Amino acid sequence: MTVELPAHLHYTVEHEWLDDASPATIGITSVAADALGDIVYLELPAVGESLTAGSVIGEIESTKSVSELFSPVSGTVAEVNQAAIDDPSLVNSDPFGAGWLLKVDVAETGPVLTAEAYAAQSAG
Amino acid sequence: MTDVLSPLHDEHVALGAALTSFAGWQMPLRYSSDIAEHQAVRTAAGLFDLSHMGELEISGPDAGRALDGALVGNLSALAPGRARYTMICAEDGGVIDDLVVYRLTEDRYLVVANASNVEVVREALVERLSGVAVLTDSSLATALVAVQGPLAEQIVTSLTPQAEAVSALKYYAAVDATVAGIDALVARTGYTGEDGFELFVPAEQAPALWSALLEAGTPLGLVPAGLSARDSLRLEAGMPLYGNELDRTTTPHDAGLGRVVKLDKVDDEGNPVPFVGRDALAARGEAQPTRQLVGLQGLGRRAARHGYPVTTPDGTVVGEVTSGAPSPTLGHPVAMAYVSPEHAAEGTELLVDVRGRGEQVRVVPLPFYRRPR
Repeated sequence: MTVELPAHLHYTVEHEWLDDASPATIGITSVAADALGDIVYLELPAVGESLTAGSVIGEIESTKSVSELFSPVSGTVAEVNQAAIDDPSLVNSDPFGAGWLLKVDVAETGPVLTAEAYAAQSAG
Repeated sequence: MTDVLSPLHDEHVALGAALTSFAGWQMPLRYSSDIAEHQAVRTAAGLFDLSHMGELEISGPDAGRALDGALVGNLSALAPGRARYTMICAEDGGVIDDLVVYRLTEDRYLVVANASNVEVVREALVERLSGVAVLTDSSLATALVAVQGPLAEQIVTSLTPQAEAVSALKYYAAVDATVAGIDALVARTGYTGEDGFELFVPAEQAPALWSALLEAGTPLGLVPAGLSARDSLRLEAGMPLYGNELDRTTTPHDAGLGRVVKLDKVDDEGNPVPFVGRDALAARGEAQPTRQLVGLQGLGRRAARHGYPVTTPDGTVVGEVTSGAPSPTLGHPVAMAYVSPEHAAEGTELLVDVRGRGEQVRVVPLPFYRRPR
């Protein structure tokens, strides 16, 4: 499978991505979305909730399995993607775009990988 | 250990399937979308590779009697060309595997076992049939392709000169037919809750059969479907999966399938036929059950999954989920679970501990889905 990972994003070993904007946008990678299969339910933190990098902040459920969402950053939730909550298939069809999950006012970023390093570890 | 590759492996790779390791085989988990594959089977047709299933041929003039003693069902009473859902049990009544047994001719049977259990079933049958019937394991030489869905009949009959015989097949019956020029055993069986066929062919002929079915079916909405869709389809249809609803610690009665245990089978002299597990299963049939398999409808959105505890509203554990998923057809989570009988009545409201948080469920009748006739 060829995986196209946007080079400008940062990645985590738990298959989240985030950008450099303020607030930062967070989602899951195409690798994670493909592994889950058709996503049918997202459970995301509420606006205003404070997040700690590396902690579980939500769940992503598909017909076949369920996966926990880990926060790549510490900070405060500024916005949740209601369109993706209403239609979780957006996460499958456009994980780096319309299928984003959260926007977060970042206090501190946890450990992240470049696209290249993430591609290498998710291929292995 | 390296996984066995299906005779259709190259076809799956060419179709871009996500492959998974399943019972020692590399099999397609999905081709594109689990839900689209599931819906195609409910509304048009799906094409499945089930070549991982085990095929054991039992032959000999006393094959039927021998199987009567080895399995819980009454196989000598089965007419040639018909099939039965049955089980092989241990002496204590625990289920070794659930099986579909076809009577091919007067003295030849085909036992289809789950991939994960082929070896134990073969060993048990060799021991139980020893000196009476001959067992041939043709699992690797045989490919099994299923066409399931309301348009399955139209698709399969379009490829055979024996269209009338195939159309006329009753549920759980089989006939030898040439499909796409390939000699096949065509059975009207399945594991999806829809009408459909399972086609047994020599492994080397499988790619040609697969391509022909795909070509004939695609214009009608047939799609290749993987194990993920197969699991959600059988769950909606309330069908047990070995390793989930059935295992060595469950009896057929626990799973609500006591009807497959034929205590009344008799030999030519009218004497009861002893079979492995008979005494334990006779006692189990009389006893008060300690647990019961029920259907659970999820009232929230988070699905109960295999192994999650079932509790009363006050948190007392009364059972365990065996299978669960968001139902693509019904749009809400469904699950099967073993619960103690006092909590098994239809309408009972319970909780499932879904990763530390109780999700409300209600006991509902099985199956969750029944196809429109």
